[in-house]
Amino acid sequence: MTSPALFSYLLRLADDRLVLGHRLSEWCGHGPILEEDIALANVALDLVGEATLLLKLAGETEGQGRNEDALAYFRDALEYRNVLLVELPKGDFAFTVARQFFFSIFSLLQMQALQQSSNAELAGIAAKAVKEAKYHVRHSAQWVVTLGDGTAESHERAQRAVDELWRYTGELFLSDAIEQEVASAHLGVDASTLEAPWRAQVSDILSRATLTTPTVGYMQRGGRDGKHTEHLGHMLSEMQIVARSYPGASW
Amino acid sequence: MVKRALPSRDELFELLDTVMDPEVPVLSVVELGIVRDAVATDEGITITITPTYSGCPAMREIESAVRGAVEEQGFGPVEIRTTYSPAWTTDWMSEAARQKLETYGIAPPQRTSDELVPLMRRAASVRCPYCKSTRTELKSAFGTTACKSIWVCNDCRQPFEEFKAI
Repeated sequence: MTSPALFSYLLRLADDRLVLGHRLSEWCGHGPILEEDIALANVALDLVGEATLLLKLAGETEGQGRNEDALAYFRDALEYRNVLLVELPKGDFAFTVARQFFFSIFSLLQMQALQQSSNAELAGIAAKAVKEAKYHVRHSAQWVVTLGDGTAESHERAQRAVDELWRYTGELFLSDAIEQEVASAHLGVDASTLEAPWRAQVSDILSRATLTTPTVGYMQRGGRDGKHTEHLGHMLSEMQIVARSYPGASW
Repeated sequence: MVKRALPSRDELFELLDTVMDPEVPVLSVVELGIVRDAVATDEGITITITPTYSGCPAMREIESAVRGAVEEQGFGPVEIRTTYSPAWTTDWMSEAARQKLETYGIAPPQRTSDELVPLMRRAASVRCPYCKSTRTELKSAFGTTACKSIWVCNDCRQPFEEFKAI
């Protein structure tokens, strides 16, 4: 099974989750309270798990003998296809919460649609991810409301996080030749079709959180083409160093 | 390896029912619904399993325990296949398995619902596995393993875990 478009598409799905999962794992031992520390690590584990399954499938689709580890640890930043949103440094807790909220709603919509993929493997992975994403949406939305409708300090930080991250959300819904090709083959879903439901759900929660939904303005882009912020390289150097220093090591 | 008569599917399931889940040692991998199929042919034994969560770190250990249990009986070679479809759900857990969980001190999973609730409403009350009170409170939907949430009982003040409905 060789399909260059499907391979590229699977890398997008996997890299979003791998990079965000790694960013979240940076909270391990630094969460604001014990329960939240555990929760963030759990969500990170789900995301890295989903990425593992997606990268494995990507490797099989490519047919060049690369497995999930080869794709995770031996690609450079230029070869990563995640959106810029997920690679930004973790920031304060409000920043992490707002980013999880934006991504989780997107991920749930995307995975719900992918359950109908004509690729049975991808449909199966999506069906699992939907169950996990529902918990992620609830968890992050609850925190958005708690922080937004909380103290003056938490409200201000939550609003700042939403405002700062907003210009990175447009890239989630970019449509291009790859999205269109997998959509027309019923393998994937064109991300642009997810924008309207995403906006509706996001605005609903933000208003319940007494936060202002930013107006549409300039949107950053580049990650889907491998043009990343300077932050991704630093993150990958940490994530990949053991695998690259000791190739093939096992324990 | 001693050549033996091919085991039936039922015999293989019976054998795998002795392999306990490493995180929930009162339930076997069969009771949890992790083992989906078991087939013996002249070429070997194929066991199909499904992960509980995408990132469940216990899957490798479960795989090697399943392999070990089959090989120990002189059957082999063993091939472990992983399937993601249908996606694992706690609804597969039998009444007997739920009972075992509660006795062990973990509240059994509630029935799953397809409803998408973006905000956590007041979660349906879960019965404390210790004093059986339903005056309990969800502390966090994420517990010490991917499959559990953290609760506290407002009567006996005991924190406890619930097997999450998924």
